[in-house]
Amino acid sequence: MPVSSVNSQIIYDALKDAGVSIISALPETWLVHLVGMADADPEVTLVRLNKEEEGVGISAGAHLAGRKSAMLMQNHGLLTSVNGIVSLAQLYRIPLLMLVSYRGEMGERDPWQTEGGLVTERVLDALGIMYRKMSDPALAARDIRQAQTLAESSLRPVALLLTRELMWEE
Amino acid sequence: MLREDALRAIYPRLKEQIVVTIMGAVAVELYNLGHRPNFFYLEHGMGLASSMGLGLALSLPERPVTVLDGDASLLMNLGTLSTMARYRPPNLTHIIFDNESLLSVGGFPSATTTGTDLAGVARESGIRHVTRADTVEAVEEAYAAAAERPALSVIHSKVEAVGPPSFAMDIGLLENRFEFARHLRGGQP
Ligand SMILES: Cc1ncc(C[n+]2csc(CCOP(=O)(O)OP(=O)(O)O)c2C)c(N)n1
Repeated sequence: MPVSSVNSQIIYDALKDAGVSIISALPETWLVHLVGMADADPEVTLVRLNKEEEGVGISAGAHLAGRKSAMLMQNHGLLTSVNGIVSLAQLYRIPLLMLVSYRGEMGERDPWQTEGGLVTERVLDALGIMYRKMSDPALAARDIRQAQTLAESSLRPVALLLTRELMWEE
Repeated sequence: MLREDALRAIYPRLKEQIVVTIMGAVAVELYNLGHRPNFFYLEHGMGLASSMGLGLALSLPERPVTVLDGDASLLMNLGTLSTMARYRPPNLTHIIFDNESLLSVGGFPSATTTGTDLAGVARESGIRHVTRADTVEAVEEAYAAAAERPALSVIHSKVEAVGPPSFAMDIGLLENRFEFARHLRGGQP
């Protein structure tokens, strides 16, 4: 599978360095290695979800209890989570570190991903969520560290968009 | 049975637990029994109280956690039951107060009026300890058993669709949130 295992490892190591110990996930192709790494890691609690919005609740509980968490989802999972983000995380000033695979952007071959790709950044803007597109593996550790720092200091959701350039090798 | 009476019966045990409630009526009823720093009232984010309870239970495995849920809130996030069943934190108790109504928005009938059995859904989602408790004594007994049992427990209680006249509470959302976090973190912000 051409999902980059090298770059997935860089992302995973950066999450660990940022102190993340709870990861919620709803699988999608690009996240396969990241979910596998979390599953194999005895230091991390992996919560496999039925719907991404549940992850907002998991992260809220973790944060209030003093643990750092991250959410792994694709951009359609972000769309599915919007009310939880607004009515729990933003209303109650809960930091969320959201790693969102950015499907439906330049180079996308799957027609069904394209509408989500079109609206992802505009939805983040409308929600007032600070985000960064991650495409350079050399900057990935910095990007994750900075996103985690901002989420914790602002007590707000922060999103990292995992692009095709970072996640896919062809 | 009035939910308020059921809450009063289990309040002595609730006091010792980390508690997450849904919005509206049940939040006010618990608050009026006596607020504690270990009580969090999720006044929006409909459906997510149970997910928050799961996050808390997984994060603090040594502390008992109770979720006070409603039928319509649970119906909005039914997948939460199978996620809970998957990880079955032994320190989590999920109480579903089923008034067959969306009471807090004016009392529209929920799908439990037309045959959906939430205890059945919980059981078939893979939760082993599911108890029906429709009297005050039964709730008290079921909650005592759940609190003693080192296993994920669900209590499903049919209650009357009656709530307090007002949902006003003399505690701000963020005041509740920061006090709760400080309490859980042992005094650290
Ligand atoms: C996403 C969303 N939809 C609708 C509402 C409005 N709302 C607030 S409380 C509620 C009903 C809750 O019913 P239930 O969980 O059964 O608890 P009860 O009020 O009956 O105690 C609704 C629909 C909301 N807050 N959020």
